[in-house]
Amino acid sequence: MALDEYKPQKGGSELETDHQFKYVGTRPDRPDGFDKVTGRARFGADMYAPGMLHAAILRSPHAHARIVRIDTSKAEAMEGVKAVVTRADFSKNVPFAPGMAGEFWNILENVMAGEKVLYDGHAVAAVAATTPLIARDALKAIEVEYEILPHVTDVDEAMKPDAPVIREGAADKSVPEGMHPNVVRYHESGHGDVEAGFAEADLVIEDHFTTEATHQGYIEPHACLATLGSDGKGELWCCTQGHWYVQKVCAALLDLETANLRVTASEIGGGFGGKTTVFIEPVALALSRKANRPVKLVMSRSEVFRATGPTASASMDIKIGMKKDGTITAAKGEFRLQGGAFPGAPMEFTAMCAFACYNLKNVHQVGYDVMTNRPKQAAYRAPGSPMAAFAVESVIDELCNRLGLDPIEVRLKNAAREGTKASYGPTFPRIGLVETLEAAKAHPHYSAPLKPGQGRGISCGFWFNHGGETSVSLALSEDGSAQVMVGTPDIGGSRASMALMAAEVLGIPFEKIRVTIADTGSLGYNEISHGSRVTYASGLATIKAAQDAVRKLRQRAADKWGIDVEAVDWVDGCAVPSGPNAGDFDPLPLAEITKNMGATGGPISGHYEATPEGAGVSFATHIVDAEVDRETGSTRVVRYTVVQDAGKAIHPTYVEGQFQGGAAQGIGWALNEEYIYGPDGRLQNPGFLDYRIPVASDLPMIDTVIVEVPNPGHPYGVRGVGETSICPPLAAIANAVSNAAGVRLRDLPMRPSRILEELEKQQGDA
Amino acid sequence: MPEVHLWSGLRALAGGREVVEVEGRTVGELLDALVAAYPALKEPIEAGVSVAVDGRVIASALNEPVRPDSEIYLMQRLRGG
Amino acid sequence: MKKIHVTTKINGDTVEFLCDPRETLLDVLRDRLGLTGAKEGCGTGDCGACSVTVDGRLTCSCLMLGVEAEGHEIGTVEGIADGEELHPLQKKFIEYAALQCGICTPGILVAAKNLLERNPDPTEEEVRYWLAGNLCRCTGYDKIIRAVLDTAAEMREAS
Repeated sequence: MALDEYKPQKGGSELETDHQFKYVGTRPDRPDGFDKVTGRARFGADMYAPGMLHAAILRSPHAHARIVRIDTSKAEAMEGVKAVVTRADFSKNVPFAPGMAGEFWNILENVMAGEKVLYDGHAVAAVAATTPLIARDALKAIEVEYEILPHVTDVDEAMKPDAPVIREGAADKSVPEGMHPNVVRYHESGHGDVEAGFAEADLVIEDHFTTEATHQGYIEPHACLATLGSDGKGELWCCTQGHWYVQKVCAALLDLETANLRVTASEIGGGFGGKTTVFIEPVALALSRKANRPVKLVMSRSEVFRATGPTASASMDIKIGMKKDGTITAAKGEFRLQGGAFPGAPMEFTAMCAFACYNLKNVHQVGYDVMTNRPKQAAYRAPGSPMAAFAVESVIDELCNRLGLDPIEVRLKNAAREGTKASYGPTFPRIGLVETLEAAKAHPHYSAPLKPGQGRGISCGFWFNHGGETSVSLALSEDGSAQVMVGTPDIGGSRASMALMAAEVLGIPFEKIRVTIADTGSLGYNEISHGSRVTYASGLATIKAAQDAVRKLRQRAADKWGIDVEAVDWVDGCAVPSGPNAGDFDPLPLAEITKNMGATGGPISGHYEATPEGAGVSFATHIVDAEVDRETGSTRVVRYTVVQDAGKAIHPTYVEGQFQGGAAQGIGWALNEEYIYGPDGRLQNPGFLDYRIPVASDLPMIDTVIVEVPNPGHPYGVRGVGETSICPPLAAIANAVSNAAGVRLRDLPMRPSRILEELEKQQGDA
Repeated sequence: MPEVHLWSGLRALAGGREVVEVEGRTVGELLDALVAAYPALKEPIEAGVSVAVDGRVIASALNEPVRPDSEIYLMQRLRGG
Repeated sequence: MKKIHVTTKINGDTVEFLCDPRETLLDVLRDRLGLTGAKEGCGTGDCGACSVTVDGRLTCSCLMLGVEAEGHEIGTVEGIADGEELHPLQKKFIEYAALQCGICTPGILVAAKNLLERNPDPTEEEVRYWLAGNLCRCTGYDKIIRAVLDTAAEMREAS
């Protein structure tokens, strides 16, 4: 490419989003692809250490019980058993008031039960032994005496006056007086006068919806390899979305200095929010300290289901009023979420996301965080938002059907856009909802004819996205290649995106850049890979670190030429004299500068550390065709299209992958997946056979349309894309089912038995 | 003086007011001023809030600047999957 | 329990090992032989991440005991590439971004290769049903199916 075809940039200046990109937006092979197709990539369970022990965890068979006595002596006496730990082996300093506790205490209590077990699968003790088989045998030798307590696993039941109390005094001050102690947090927001709004409506629909807890379902169970000495220094290898967070929490739970625990993130076999906290890591460290040997701890699949965080389940009431022309006059929602035996169900996001797609004069939303005897919920892809979208978008669809209006036109009429006062308060900056709706309307899918028995549904979805603490370092090599060190684990191809952005700034080929996920000892703090923040925040920091290096490269050229650094531009990988000096010297390529960097001022690196706060919110519109078998009640998704605003797609193939993956998870949530508890409070389906995530033969191809409405908060316009894609599918499929079979499913999953029930009612009515 | 909008759940802790005016040039100064004016807000603010400044949701950076005419909403702290 | 001596062939090489009769083939591959390409996603034969071939037949190595490998030929993901040359499926998986996290990829590659050896011209539906025992939570399968179909077309052209 000739130099004049490429818009020159000053190093360090903000780039423009209408910039003609050379690397960004292309689709190169991911740098870690070779490792991942050959079996060479090392995931959590793939690490071994000399002298390593194997650990296993004893878990409660009861939903709620007091631990009267634990006797580990028989297990300790077994040959090959090197350590046994219980709660007594963890910090006594973690803030624990008898009433409320703080998140560290909640995590510790979840990692290893104290006085009570709070759910089926709650850890009570752990063993490290010379082989996995001995460790498992030793668990059977641990005696635990329980006093069984009454339990509750359903959110509405847990709020009733006679429900058993999970933990007295756990509620914070937001909870109105008179609520059951299991209601631990409360949220209320909105604006306008909803009652006046409903009075203006031509049609008001009020309805009740429920969604079950679903698991993130990552294929890799939690796994770690821990080494900790009584000197307080340790090493931890684990699969996590955020190793600095793991470092911080483990240090607190085990009374260590944070910096003395070095954590390395393995390759991660999926997370989707479920690996944003710790479960087994502190246990492995405690065992290692006690045994003075490295300890490997790997969860089984049933442990993953029973004892790691699924998402919250929800019970919701929605009321929306609409005029005959499709204008929404008022909207109201009440959202009750249970998040297991700890505070934290993301009900405030459910409430804040519920009506975020619409420009509403009158809106009011209320959320309740309710404790039950279930595992502590963990974040799951846009936590809290998909269930809200299911309820709200179902009611909007029903309004459209009853008023004879086109569902996309109605959504366009009411859509939030730049300047709209959001349902959660502030005024929206530039956003892309209208663009996704227009693109959906124009897509051939929306006008394609349907076969008999099929129905089409659409839904919109919203997620906030996030920035967060971020550090990136970039070091140049003498031959002109570059290493980029980021601190956000690569869950879905982010190394490729980072390399593309670095290539764009440095002006060197993608292949000359190696991106490494640094350990906690090699880089400053990085927040977890969550909130769709990686390509946004680590990407922004990569760009800034590369610009920092470019500034130093320009300085070296300026020194060589004896001119001012401001008179040196960086164009297509070369220092170029500009202004009055233009043409005085030949362009100086990056590799020519780095070749002698040791002798011209030393190594050249770039750094950036910040908490970027410009993550742009994101919207999507999905179109789905579903077919309902009226005899069996089973539903098949036959065509699916995702339209989402990505701001700017850095590596479009992996953006499409995020769209498709979110849609597939949403399809599972809508049709199959659910936590099933028996009357005994035990989880009845802790395995992939009975907890059925979508398999290849369940799904059609998933079409994608990438809309690009640049986010002004990122130099290249990036918005996070990972989470929003799971928000629309639940309602889109329910709407398609309604149009295919004439039945409205208000409870997820829409399993065949539920659809048959509705079809029978329909026949009864006819 | 910047006007800070409180979500309904916070209003009871600020004398029932939906909008309060406090001095501050940054997000951190605003939050400090809020707690000084309404000590009952200390607990929810320490538990973690995000602050939307002119439509941009600030999750943690207390040094983000605020203009006297900025639109400011307190929101519960963001987490993601 | 006393260990048992087993002789088998893995990716073409004769291998001997001692194992506890309770250990699965997957345990042996990973913990005794250092072949960590096969992954344990469930331990109950539901996810396919541990897929290997036993005498050419697709098998979940978590459902087979290590001692049962005696006298059989095992194929794992580590044996798919020919020296430094990747198998066409491996190349297409990278090209199509048919993986995000990559944990299911070894099992899916073993299964897909086994399919193409039996059926060089599968339909989309045949690929979907053949791979129905291999769970992927990241991709929605779209790019995986496309990569397998395109590999099949390319291999047919080349042969």
